[in-house]
Amino acid sequence: MSYFSDIYNGIKTLITGMKVTGGYFIHARKGSLTQQYPDNRETLKMFDRFRGEVVMPHDENNQHRCTGCQSCEIACPNGSIEIIWDRAVDPETGKKKKKIDKHIYHLSMCTMCGLCIEACPTDAIVWAQNYENSVYDRSYLTKTLNQPGSTVIAGVED
Amino acid sequence: MNFLIMNIPLNIVSTVHDWIYSIMPETAASITVMVLIAVAYLALFAVAGLYLVLLERKVAAWFQLRLGPNRVGPLGLFQTIADALKLVSKELTSNDRIDKFLYNLAPYFVIVSTLIGISVFPFSKQFQAFDINIGLFFLIAVSSIGVIGILVGGWASNNKFALIGAMRSGLQTISYELSVGLSILTMVLLTGTLQLSEIVEVQRTGGWLILQGHIPAIIAFCIFMIAGTAETNRAPFDLVEAESELGAGFHTEYSGMKFAYFFLAEFINMFIIASIAVVLFFGGWLSPFGITDGITWFPEVLWFLIKVLVIIFLMMWFRWTFPRLRVDQLLTLEWKYLLPLNLANLMIMAIIIWMNWTI
Repeated sequence: MSYFSDIYNGIKTLITGMKVTGGYFIHARKGSLTQQYPDNRETLKMFDRFRGEVVMPHDENNQHRCTGCQSCEIACPNGSIEIIWDRAVDPETGKKKKKIDKHIYHLSMCTMCGLCIEACPTDAIVWAQNYENSVYDRSYLTKTLNQPGSTVIAGVED
Repeated sequence: MNFLIMNIPLNIVSTVHDWIYSIMPETAASITVMVLIAVAYLALFAVAGLYLVLLERKVAAWFQLRLGPNRVGPLGLFQTIADALKLVSKELTSNDRIDKFLYNLAPYFVIVSTLIGISVFPFSKQFQAFDINIGLFFLIAVSSIGVIGILVGGWASNNKFALIGAMRSGLQTISYELSVGLSILTMVLLTGTLQLSEIVEVQRTGGWLILQGHIPAIIAFCIFMIAGTAETNRAPFDLVEAESELGAGFHTEYSGMKFAYFFLAEFINMFIIASIAVVLFFGGWLSPFGITDGITWFPEVLWFLIKVLVIIFLMMWFRWTFPRLRVDQLLTLEWKYLLPLNLANLMIMAIIIWMNWTI
């Protein structure tokens, strides 16, 4: 008789579901997913894959890995990245070599698609984990990613 | 002394009662007393309804690994009071081609029928507003009036979503009324009375009815909980107001306080269904195993409230676990499963009582 086995299966599946939610209910106070954001600003840690904004990491000698190849600028679908570049003589080889003057990033236009970071051959730009990006003036959202006076790390080639 | 402590609220009530009778002619005094009791109940259950909303939100949050409202007041205790104040201050909007009279009548229909239902419950031995000998019958009759309010509201709104929601409510309540009635009838076979206070008294000597009636009583309880949840239009039977399909169902067009009436009625209805379950199956205000029977000052209403809250928690558990039924599934469940089972259960209960197999 499928009639009674239907009833049995119905009750069984309902109880399985209630067991799951009941478990959640018991653990809710400890394992809550809620972040009480402004209160826990100091301890709040964003997860690895979070896309805050594009930054260019610099090391302690104020050096970065950007060679000025403009791959990111080409990859960007809406022109959020502009690179102002120059040529300078490389002291080691004596040849003229491309270098960046300013790596300009418009956060206000960025859609966080991540194509620039995928396109970068030298991993010069990465995602930051910050999320408090609101400012009082739109012009603050246009950022220069390389620090003033920074140079490229020797040996980084694209 | 102990007797005095227990009876302070009741003493106040009887003092006020005597005082009113001493200053007025008898008819006027009895009407005044009735009005006062009605106002007291109204205030009590408005606040109770508000805190049930808060409880629902908290429990829902914990079921979903969230924290729930915790900003307004300590632990979010004033959240629903703030919400109610907001609703009171809101504009009562309505659209153009509504049926004005019915549109304004509908929320009162719903809330009044709910509050009438509350009046017959014995919260403790003395705390009962209206003890009639057909209490259960009265309750079923009154609680079915609420659906008329919903139908009227949906019809008068002149909105297709509201109308669909109201029609669903009609078919759902009419179907599940049967199961509620039959499962109550199963227990009435056991008690032999419809008077709620006597039903509780029956359980003082023989133990809670769910134990007295063992297997058929447990089946009746399960069916009552399913049908009762459907009766209150709560998830998984909330296809009356199914947010994802109908906007808000029958109260799509209502705003402000009129919406709040519908909202409050839902929660007080939940309280009523839980109270019926407690009175019929779990011994009303009687303590489990008579553990507080010796303590004369112990407020028995506390046991009633604890049991009601447990049942309400069960209904919230249902709500936040089960997905919503389709209309055809709803009717299949009632007419093909609950009703035949219920009738068979009624027969089994009758045989058990006839053969004296009750515990």
